[in-house]
Amino acid sequence: MEYTLLILLFPLTSFIVLGLFSNRLSHKAAGIIGTGALLAMTLLSFYAAWDYFTTPKAEGFYQTLIPFNTPWLHMGSHLHIDMGILLDPISVMMLVVISTVSLMVHIYSLGYMKGEKGFQRYYGFLSLFTFSMMGLVLSTNIFQMYIFWELVGVSSYLLIGFYYTRPEAVAASKKAFIVTRFADMFFLIGILVLSYYTQTFDFGTLMSGNETIFQHALSTRFLGASALVWAMALIFIGGAGKSALFPLHIWLPDAMEGPTPVSALIHAATMVVAGVYLVARLFPIYVAFTPEVLEGIAWVGAFTSMFAAVIAIVQTDIKRVLAFSTISQIGFMMVALGVSKLEGHEGLGYMASLFHLFTHAMFKALLFLGAGSIIHAVHSNEMERMGGLRTYMPVTHLTFLVACLSIAGIPPFSGFFSKDEILAAIYGYHTGLGIWMTVAAGFTAFYIFRLYFSIFWGKQTQYAHTPHESPRSMTFPLIFLAIPTLLGGFIPFGHFVTANRSVYTIHPDWPIMFISVLVSLTAIFIARKMYQYAGTKTGEASSGLKGFQKAAYHRFYVDEVYLFITKKILFNGIARAFAWFDHHVVDGSINGLASVTDWVSIKIRGFQSGEIQWYAYIFLFGTLLITALFLFM
Amino acid sequence: MSYFSNFATMRSEGSLLALILFLLLFDILAGRKGKNYFQPVAILLFALHTLFTLMPAEAGESFGGMVQYHPMMTMVKTMLNIATLIIFLQSKHHFDGPEQKYQQGEYYFLTLSTLLGMYLMISSGHFLLFFIGLEMASIPLAALVAFNKHHKKSAEAGAKFILLSAFSSGILLFGISYLYGTTGSLYFSDIPSLLSHNPLQIMAFVFFLSGLFFKISIVPFHLWTADVYEGAPTNVTAYLSVVSKSSAVFVLMTLLFKVFGNFVVEWQTMLFWLIIVTITVGNLFALRQKNVKRFLAFSSISQAGYIALGIISGSPLGMTTVVYYLFVYLFSNLAAFGVITAIGSRTGKMNIPDYKGLYQTNPKLSFVMMMALFSLAGIAPFAGFMSKFFIFSAAAQQGYYLLVIIAVINTILSLYYYLMVVKAMFIDQSDHPVPALRTDSWNRASMVICTAAIMFAGMLGFIFSYLGDYSFGL
Repeated sequence: MEYTLLILLFPLTSFIVLGLFSNRLSHKAAGIIGTGALLAMTLLSFYAAWDYFTTPKAEGFYQTLIPFNTPWLHMGSHLHIDMGILLDPISVMMLVVISTVSLMVHIYSLGYMKGEKGFQRYYGFLSLFTFSMMGLVLSTNIFQMYIFWELVGVSSYLLIGFYYTRPEAVAASKKAFIVTRFADMFFLIGILVLSYYTQTFDFGTLMSGNETIFQHALSTRFLGASALVWAMALIFIGGAGKSALFPLHIWLPDAMEGPTPVSALIHAATMVVAGVYLVARLFPIYVAFTPEVLEGIAWVGAFTSMFAAVIAIVQTDIKRVLAFSTISQIGFMMVALGVSKLEGHEGLGYMASLFHLFTHAMFKALLFLGAGSIIHAVHSNEMERMGGLRTYMPVTHLTFLVACLSIAGIPPFSGFFSKDEILAAIYGYHTGLGIWMTVAAGFTAFYIFRLYFSIFWGKQTQYAHTPHESPRSMTFPLIFLAIPTLLGGFIPFGHFVTANRSVYTIHPDWPIMFISVLVSLTAIFIARKMYQYAGTKTGEASSGLKGFQKAAYHRFYVDEVYLFITKKILFNGIARAFAWFDHHVVDGSINGLASVTDWVSIKIRGFQSGEIQWYAYIFLFGTLLITALFLFM
Repeated sequence: MSYFSNFATMRSEGSLLALILFLLLFDILAGRKGKNYFQPVAILLFALHTLFTLMPAEAGESFGGMVQYHPMMTMVKTMLNIATLIIFLQSKHHFDGPEQKYQQGEYYFLTLSTLLGMYLMISSGHFLLFFIGLEMASIPLAALVAFNKHHKKSAEAGAKFILLSAFSSGILLFGISYLYGTTGSLYFSDIPSLLSHNPLQIMAFVFFLSGLFFKISIVPFHLWTADVYEGAPTNVTAYLSVVSKSSAVFVLMTLLFKVFGNFVVEWQTMLFWLIIVTITVGNLFALRQKNVKRFLAFSSISQAGYIALGIISGSPLGMTTVVYYLFVYLFSNLAAFGVITAIGSRTGKMNIPDYKGLYQTNPKLSFVMMMALFSLAGIAPFAGFMSKFFIFSAAAQQGYYLLVIIAVINTILSLYYYLMVVKAMFIDQSDHPVPALRTDSWNRASMVICTAAIMFAGMLGFIFSYLGDYSFGL
């Protein structure tokens, strides 16, 4: 399967061509080059996936294929860094996800970014980003992964900051870059520790199940934990930074200042799930040698998913709702990984997590692109400026609804299947955690339908220009992505991606399924009640659902209680407090660090006085001090 | 051993000396018309010199141990040559001007003289030759710093540099004299066995090293750096920050390994603290700079700290990483200086706020600058990341975890100010941006070389292994 090298070469070539000739190319030519290269890459990725999954399995297990690998650097006698391509179920799955979403974003941007200054540059950056993301998932060793990991950071920095005329975009791109770099620092240290003790970077060697290579790392202890625990925890922090887990999530909401298609690509489907991918990639090590770290991952994920879901309820910027929603959903994936084991039914979490990664990529990209379409039409990000859009934008409305139903976990949409398996896996691990996540899922359904109803229903807003449906280049990706969002759940995912790489058939867990659907439906009803006719006093019900509510009085009563809880306690009490905490404490502590640095640098400025006698004096003082220390200590 | 073979180990010195003398005569004898060809001829001949002295010879000593040659020295000298060549390419435009033309001979003569001094310093096997080399590398450099003699800042910088150089030389010489007094020898090969830990020797050791730390701008011997970098002509600043620093780093490393091997505990302790202070102070000061050259001065101070981190390990791997770091640093820093020269020589603008909106008017220059700064900040996949990574892993292998962690934290801090410039260029708006410039083809060539190296040097694994073959440790 050496042709997989072309998967990397297509976007790279496109980036080089667009980068070099950006001034000489017309907008149209740049769009065709960028999109064409992506189309070729996508077709090749699909072919590779087909090829890989139809290759005969060895004893029922999917094999790791390395079609291309070249030694790149030798460090010391054993340690060497390679560059290559690794194909296994998860990397192949990621190929499909990234190429699909990226292609859709490329097509969508033809309409969305039309006439923007620097259109060619934008396509160049998109290609660069796709290339680095592909390189990341195909890496054969952790060092190569790190290099592409950083390259992903650089290209996303360029993309988020694309609207360089807007100061918020600039600040956001810088913040995103620095926060993720801060996390990457831990990642790098983790890699160093891991490679120092195991003498390898190679995923193949690390995953071989050979315990002897970890012996040294397990026996060395540092501050009460083994070196391996430290390494794996540090590596996870790197992943947490990219995947915006609490408390490193602060960059993601701000990064929404970038162009919306960029958010769909980076903040829904690709870069933010890199952390999930990283943990999944190293999962055999986590599960076999450092279960305590895996447990920590589960709790961090659980807290993040609830925390972000609650904050999403009070956001008014449509893209920020989606940003917090992404943080929350990634929390779901992390919990699922965290509770998973390796074999059979206990490995459900792993499969569910990656299944959710897949479905989430599709429906979240769809949500972002839909949001872009709306923003394009009404020229605002604020939900208050929207309402009643369903009549103006039918395609956007329908596809957005499909995505909302999917994320809310309503059958038979794809999100239902993947989320349900996550919940089943969590209940199998810890009932309390399962309840916690079910509640978070309820919040998810609530905030997403709050968003949906206030945009497409709600009060009839007066628009300066009558909104109209977006051009075909923008609606086509919406329709295209709606297909996997609708039908993705029926993919027998367990036949492709499982923790131990053998085929696993999913058995539905009916009680859990029933409860979670019930919770979601309730949340949707409440959202509908609160937002569908908000602002219109008449409150006339258009559907038969109202009658149903009236008939079931006691249920209505439950709804009221729930409504009271959400509106009075959750909104004003908890959610606002969370949002405040997030803004002032989590965010503030990072800013505080910057201020301290600034303050110190002002204080010591006096040393650089410009007076030569002073310089000589310090010089001599330094020399004598060092001498004295050596002689008298 | 025949008399002639003595010179085989000094091939590069001989070749450079011949070149200097030729250029001197050319400048004196050539007529008005001939002078037009001076720069192309000088650059071409220097490039030939670089090629001619590229291949390493067998290790050996000559002149009774006064000169001690090791193949690694050829690597370092070649690096210095490449850097000097790039600086010549960048400065060519400046000396094409009608008013500057009469100075071109001096400029090349002085620059190459300091380079010869560095060569001697590197291959010396005796403290006397070493000192001669050091002075030869400093005194003409002071003249170069003050090269814009009608420019007040340049003259001031020249005065500061020569005074402080003399001061540090004095301290260094004082150290050497104690060393001689306690051991009775100045040969590098004799001294290690004669070193005991007597207080006078410790003192001699510290005093001597202070002199070298001054050259490398290790805190607290760094205070001259910002003022001199700011005042000196831009190309001279580039030369100071790359060539002068690299040569001193290498000499420091070989002396610590070869001569002061007995004092390994002392110098490791000393470097440990100096590295922490240097990286941190360099970064903290860089945060507040407005002037681009001052900014790069403090950036180069913190870079010196990272370099010292490679030295501290004392292993052959440490030496490889340091030389590799210098190799990458050369291109990254000179790429930045190429942009600064291009803008400074045409508009006279030298402040970071002047770079606002540069991307709109000069996208190519902005990209070169961005890559240079990213490489200096150590962001993958640019070469600067690889070199930092190697330095960190070499130090970590020797168990300097704390130091590595502090250094890594500092890379995040440094990212902040490197991004400040990137932000100014790409993001900030300006009412009066630098107008669209057309750089001369010589400078453009220099920037193409540097950018290519930044992009690909990290990917070319053989460079690192090649350097590794010639490295030695304690």
